[in-house]
Amino acid sequence: MAINTEKNVYTIIFAIVMVVVVGSLLAFMASGLSDRIKENERFEKQQNILYAMGVNENTPDSGVNFIPTDVVEEKFDERIKEQYILADGEVKKDDNAFSLDVKKQIAAFKKGEDAQLPIFVGEKDGENVYVLPMYGKGLWDAIWGYISVDKNMVVQGVYFDHKGETAGLGANIKLRFFMDDFIGESIMDNGSYSGITVSKTNNDPLNEDKQDNKVDAIAGSTITGNGVTAMIKETLKAYKPYLETIRTN
Amino acid sequence: MALLSKKDANLFLDPLADNNPITIQVLGICSALAITAELKASLVMSVSVIFVMGVGNVVISLLRNLIPSKIRIIAQLIVVATLVIVVDQVLKAFQYELSKTLSVFVGLIITNCIIMGRFEAFALGNGVWRSFLDGIGNALGYGVILIIIGFFRELLGAGTLFGIPVLGDPIAKTGLYAFGYENNGFMIIPPAALIVVGVIIWVQRSRNRALIEEA
Repeated sequence: MAINTEKNVYTIIFAIVMVVVVGSLLAFMASGLSDRIKENERFEKQQNILYAMGVNENTPDSGVNFIPTDVVEEKFDERIKEQYILADGEVKKDDNAFSLDVKKQIAAFKKGEDAQLPIFVGEKDGENVYVLPMYGKGLWDAIWGYISVDKNMVVQGVYFDHKGETAGLGANIKLRFFMDDFIGESIMDNGSYSGITVSKTNNDPLNEDKQDNKVDAIAGSTITGNGVTAMIKETLKAYKPYLETIRTN
Repeated sequence: MALLSKKDANLFLDPLADNNPITIQVLGICSALAITAELKASLVMSVSVIFVMGVGNVVISLLRNLIPSKIRIIAQLIVVATLVIVVDQVLKAFQYELSKTLSVFVGLIITNCIIMGRFEAFALGNGVWRSFLDGIGNALGYGVILIIIGFFRELLGAGTLFGIPVLGDPIAKTGLYAFGYENNGFMIIPPAALIVVGVIIWVQRSRNRALIEEA
């Protein structure tokens, strides 16, 4: 080779050229794909919200089947009637609720700062269902999801997702056998918003008891399960002013 | 393999068995432990590594006469990281469901020591075609072991394969569970992968004694 690659000048030039080439390649790609990625994320959020209110394509033995992406936007507009924002104890109708970043808002709420918490009101079998977003932490990283209740505070459906829970253990919170157990449980216990506990000791693996505020935990994922319990409790605490108004109406 | 000379074919075939990156060179163990609790994750990780490894080895081989030796490790890292980001972004845009399954695993590819190992040991000193074969071969050797481990861990730990129950229903006590069989929860946690790797190494060396190292 004619070039002396051992020279310092060459090394510096090589480093600069490499960084510029790689940097512009990635920047070019990121800006080219960002619209599609944002669209995918929007569809996913719509699918998750609809799933949590029981609007999905599940069959009795199937896994989690969302409304397909090509019709989800239409379905979302049809089934979600109103969007609200809960801020400072006040509920306001606001169609921007969907675009709020739940992670940021819940973090702000926990710190006691001003938070804008989104609420989605949908319709199912002629009744209103109230879908609330959740955000918390599992064993390794963030967990989040949605929970929907009717006016009697009975859970109509939940959706959980996670960033990095253990595959085969904590990651199973997003499978049907776990999420389906929440349906029909009440989030109220003797007039307080006690939520639903993911319990290792309720001796009810088939989840036949719907009055106990408990669902059966996944063996080997205690901390993820505790995270789910805590996340539901936090969510109810945040949304209590709103839930009170529904319950007393 | 009429397409390849015998030497080239060996580049490709050796890492599958007699020079396997996991069982012989003991590289890439971290991801072999972390992601093999399920067969699906093992498969997806294998495919991703095959892509990154094949392309990465080609890129490094093309640049091998230009990369200053003082910063070659950083240059290699940039190549892996770039490829991984490209894979991640493209999947997010066009295969969103798949990208969610992969989530953290894609990032983990950057830390896979097999990749840096092959860049450093092979692609920096060999031509493009041979580097490509070496990359694909090593990634396949890695993938084969990952899939074997994933198969046993998911089967024994959860009684399923690719998430489909194959041994009956553990809660309703049907199939094998009717006879008192229980899933072994230990297989799901990472140490079980070490034991499975150990058994694979043991079986492989007992069948091919030439692989046993001098004590």
